[in-house]
Amino acid sequence: MNTLTGAYVPGASVLHRLPAGVKLAALAVCCTALVLVRSPAVMAGAAAAVAALYAASGVGAAAAWAQVRPVRWFAVVLFGAQLLVADLPGAVAATARVVLAVALAGLVTLTTRTAAVLACLERVLSPVRLVGLDPFRLSLLLSLTLRSVPVVAALAARVREAARARGVERSARAFAVPLVVGALRHADALGEALAARGLDD
Amino acid sequence: MIELTDVHVRLGQRDVLRGVTVSLTERRIGVVGANGSGKSTLARLLNGLVLPTSGTVTVAGLDTRRHAARIRRRVGFLFTDPDAQIVMPTVAEDVAFSLRRRGLARQEADRRVREVLVRYGLHEHADHPAHHLSGGQKQLLALCSILVLEPEILVMDEPTTLLDLRHSRQVAALLRELPQQVVAVTHDLALLEDFDRVLVVDDGRVVADGAPAAALERYRELMA
Repeated sequence: MNTLTGAYVPGASVLHRLPAGVKLAALAVCCTALVLVRSPAVMAGAAAAVAALYAASGVGAAAAWAQVRPVRWFAVVLFGAQLLVADLPGAVAATARVVLAVALAGLVTLTTRTAAVLACLERVLSPVRLVGLDPFRLSLLLSLTLRSVPVVAALAARVREAARARGVERSARAFAVPLVVGALRHADALGEALAARGLDD
Repeated sequence: MIELTDVHVRLGQRDVLRGVTVSLTERRIGVVGANGSGKSTLARLLNGLVLPTSGTVTVAGLDTRRHAARIRRRVGFLFTDPDAQIVMPTVAEDVAFSLRRRGLARQEADRRVREVLVRYGLHEHADHPAHHLSGGQKQLLALCSILVLEPEILVMDEPTTLLDLRHSRQVAALLRELPQQVVAVTHDLALLEDFDRVLVVDDGRVVADGAPAAALERYRELMA
């Protein structure tokens, strides 16, 4: 969840200063290139390059590990599965591809403010005006989604605690009903707050 | 200057407010009342979030029915739950979101955001995710996001209900310093002690209106 919401680490490196659009485009190009790489040697070079980028960004080892940590078990399972259907170099390349792509995406989140990503998306999405959509609203939708992830996660934790306190922790209904009701109430309150903050003015 | 003239509000099958006429001119005005008495609805009338079923609400001469957008620019609204009010993922971004439609130059907007965060002691958290803040800090952030727009009036719906004593006192101290006119709906009677005027709402009507000591005494009798 932290990889999505506010993992930004303030800094003044070249990576921090690059425009968000450039970083997102470079991320797309690099991930595509990773898909095309077959040789473990080239993959090792790519891994070294990613490590060098992290070093240049100055975000620190802990932040870097936090980016790839969520996929560690997935990587192990993927490696095992690839070993069964392909050879060792193939399994190494497939696993490294996923881990490096996640690491690169993580590097973009670590060095780019959410506001910059949203402003960039707003520009990229500006052609949707032609079909009658408002690009600001689309980017607002994305930032509200990011903002709502921790809010709904906290709500789920509270609901689970309440269910446990009442001894109904095994009941799916005792979890789902209050969670959905709570999320809808939050949506209402959020809409009211957006109106109060002048969104529709 | 807020005027309510014979305001009735009906939500669904329920008459939430039944004939409220008040003129709010004092700098610090408190509103108390039982749960379900209509006080939150009364607060929401003041910036056009709720419109009267009959009667009129005017803010500086503007009718909320026709000029809700202009009124919202003058009237900031602080909700009970800051989680609903914070719409951007990080602290500085949420404050900046308020300024978005002001058409300020980037540097000027950044300067104002920094200034308000410094004033309320949140500048060290400027780039932190909003969900890492404590409840009290979140309420401060919600307040920063309103005050950066320099509204003339601040309406608060139970601003201290979710806060501990220390943060409640901090909000009370902040209220004393604010240049804005403040209308605060609350169950926190200590907050209202040095207010200029307190309204007691019961069953959709204003049943007491006056200096805090007398009005709160009446409220205590009513709840006994």
